[in-house]
Amino acid sequence: METMQLPPQWSTFARQTDWLFYFIYWLSVVLFVGIIGVALYFVWKYRRQPGVKAEPTGHATVLEITWTVSPLALLAFLFHMGFRGYIDMTVAPADAMEIRVRAKKWAWDFEYPNGGHSNVLHVPVNRPVRLTLSSEDVIHSLYIPAFRVKKDAVPGYYTTMWFEATQVGETDLFCAEYCGAAVGTTEVSEGDPPVGREGNRRHVGHFSMITKVRIHTMADYNTFLESILRPPVDPATGREATPEKWGEILYRAQQCNTCHSTDGGAMTGPTWRGLFGRQRQFTDGTSATADANYIRQSILQPNSKVVQGFNGVMPSFAGTLRDNQVDAIIAYIRTLN
Amino acid sequence: MATEVAGAHGHDEPDHLAPYLSPEAGRGIKGWLLTLDHKRIGLMYLVSTLLAFFMGGVFALLVRLELFAPGRTIMSAEYYNRAFTLHGAIMVFLFIIPAVPGALGNFVLPIMLGTKDVAFPRLNLLSFYVYLFGATFALYSIISGSVDTGWTFYTPYSTTSNTSVVSMVLGAFILGFSSILTGLNFIVTIHKLRAPGLHWKRLPLFVWGTYATSIIQVLATPVLAITLLLLAAERTFGLGIFDPALGGDPILFQHFFWFYSHPAVYIMIVPGMAVASELFATFSRRAIFGYFAIAMSSLGLALVGFLVWGHHMYTSGQSEFATTLFAALTMLVAIPSGVKVFNWTATLYKGSIVLTTPMLYALSFLILFTIGGLTGLFVGALSVDIHLHDTYFVVAHFHYVMMGGTVMAFVGGILYWWPKMTGKLYDESLAKKGWFFVFVGFNTTFLIQFIMGSKGMPRRYYDYLPQFETYHKISTVGSWLLLVGFLLTAWALIKSIRSGEKSPPNPWGSAGFEWQGTESPPVMQNFRVTPTITRGPYDYHLCSDEELFDGFPEDAEK
Repeated sequence: METMQLPPQWSTFARQTDWLFYFIYWLSVVLFVGIIGVALYFVWKYRRQPGVKAEPTGHATVLEITWTVSPLALLAFLFHMGFRGYIDMTVAPADAMEIRVRAKKWAWDFEYPNGGHSNVLHVPVNRPVRLTLSSEDVIHSLYIPAFRVKKDAVPGYYTTMWFEATQVGETDLFCAEYCGAAVGTTEVSEGDPPVGREGNRRHVGHFSMITKVRIHTMADYNTFLESILRPPVDPATGREATPEKWGEILYRAQQCNTCHSTDGGAMTGPTWRGLFGRQRQFTDGTSATADANYIRQSILQPNSKVVQGFNGVMPSFAGTLRDNQVDAIIAYIRTLN
Repeated sequence: MATEVAGAHGHDEPDHLAPYLSPEAGRGIKGWLLTLDHKRIGLMYLVSTLLAFFMGGVFALLVRLELFAPGRTIMSAEYYNRAFTLHGAIMVFLFIIPAVPGALGNFVLPIMLGTKDVAFPRLNLLSFYVYLFGATFALYSIISGSVDTGWTFYTPYSTTSNTSVVSMVLGAFILGFSSILTGLNFIVTIHKLRAPGLHWKRLPLFVWGTYATSIIQVLATPVLAITLLLLAAERTFGLGIFDPALGGDPILFQHFFWFYSHPAVYIMIVPGMAVASELFATFSRRAIFGYFAIAMSSLGLALVGFLVWGHHMYTSGQSEFATTLFAALTMLVAIPSGVKVFNWTATLYKGSIVLTTPMLYALSFLILFTIGGLTGLFVGALSVDIHLHDTYFVVAHFHYVMMGGTVMAFVGGILYWWPKMTGKLYDESLAKKGWFFVFVGFNTTFLIQFIMGSKGMPRRYYDYLPQFETYHKISTVGSWLLLVGFLLTAWALIKSIRSGEKSPPNPWGSAGFEWQGTESPPVMQNFRVTPTITRGPYDYHLCSDEELFDGFPEDAEK
């Protein structure tokens, strides 16, 4: 019964929020059955019958004042309980672990205190975690139903939220503020959320800005933190990936593939096939050769030079990608010639 | 009373036809398009808003159909975003805001006041054409790339989207003027054109509700106009107002937008409440219990509605102090809403109740609005709202208020005043079948969305995780039942126009002024003799049997 309508209670907030939810739920059931039950009984009892007239409406001042004033006490109580829960969610404990969250269309980037990044949110169990959110384009909203928390990521602002997970495991993380969709479809790769499929391709947008929260024991969490600073393991060789292979993994993990193809076709952005060393014409009339410096600039300050025929809509990856990751992507692009 | 003298003024001369109401002015297509007659303008509004309702409904069905199965079902993600945006924008700006005041208000309000027309008949016609002009912009936007911002136009998404945002925004801007003109006209009409004897305490509750609505329209709509104009300026000229990339503030847009759009919720629901009050009185043959409380609670909602806009922004990053303050004020909305529900229920007590189709819609309104109101407590309570914000729970909540409330009352009102508007009766049993499908279909579509939302399904999603599939399927089937219900109802009305029986002046046996003093349909100048009001619109105990029992055959037998 407790979780008939709500997700599992996986944070310290869940119990308090759910208590108020079910209090209002049963209050509503009682009021609804009471009011509508009485109304329907009247409809039956005072149905129109030959020779029976309606009685003139009188006044019942006491009754009217009662049902105008007495709900105030109940409403004050509901406000108070909601306020208490909200204030708990607002003020993070001083010893909370910090994670930096950057939202952009249509992926999350989580940065940990050691400088490592991930697209899945990893948190330790039984330890308060404070998230500082920002957005690089439009408004997004980070929502974890099992924790009962939600906060908008707003461009030009920092917003913060915190929680303490109470259970080791994996649960869903959604974007809750509408943020559009990509033009066309993109190829499906491993780790993509199971939404928006059309045959063997997928649509990308607000609805696919879904990832997971993985809650670890403290020991597992420390192992995770160490692992994110090294290149990932190449599944083909079982060893640390080469820069080229790492670039290919980042191409999917950083969602470059939602706007850049590797087969020569134009999507929201130019293709990467045959890009390296080619002459580029820009919208401001200038031109340049696509060398390593150009590609690095395009990743970190993407709208400083926009190729003719495209719009400057790419978010910056400065602060998201470390230098060796940018190197890896350049190495990967070079393999596409 | 001074107002009474003012109202009586101008009726002292012998009754004559104002030129624009003369029979010669009424013939042919020109007689409709250039009419200054409030009844014809009301009917033109009725046809236009019903067309808008149909269009908005088609987009709703497309949205639900796409969500029937996981993955792509009938359209791409880009087109899904356009479909739900157009559903919202059309339903809000072209249908629900103008529907009750424009269609029912224009037709019924002057008759209820015992006057020949509204105070400014030319302004009234202008408001209709401004509406059409705004609608043209919206249609242009739809065919020239459409809009994918959601009806809320949140920045900076709306300033960077490469869809046709400016024309849609200008459409909404222009539609706002239509809304202001109608509101202004009604306020003046209610103040200045009441028939002799019709003092404020005798005003029908429909008039009180329309009055409260008009005040909100006049005071709140200009803020929307400014906001949308700033948005258009930012897109067109690159002025940095809302877009942080240009030095603007995106939260400022949300404050501006909801400063209008929360009061606009009451522009939408208060007229629905106003219609419901009339329906409960007529079909219970009894004065509304707590008449004064219902009238004042409409004004109360109009006032409180201006103070709670921040409750749309609990998670936005506005200050915790502001959030807390808005949460406290939001709880106050429950008082006038509750007062109305209690009074309608008490009206039924010892009435003489008959379940005609309009009464079935009134009871549906009572049931569904109560659910809509009670679920408002969930999203009003701060900590619970953090979980429910931007999920299907909110979608279900406002559909219970807007559709379960206003649309049910609107359809009930159309059927109720249909004999007066057209002079024809409609097929009750067919209309009842339509009601059944509408009621069952509505609950099938939206009740399940409360559960989906509390389980964490976010709104405006093109696709969903597997755990939500069953709920979405049920909801989509519900939308098909709704379609059947509305088609049956539309057929009942079309059948009535083509072959309906002629209606007597007062088929429902109502004591309301619009039924007592006029023919069905009313003559051009509404009344052959200017009425003098000697009793209230709900004084059934003062009516003679002949006044109440000359309608349907079953009444005649008694």
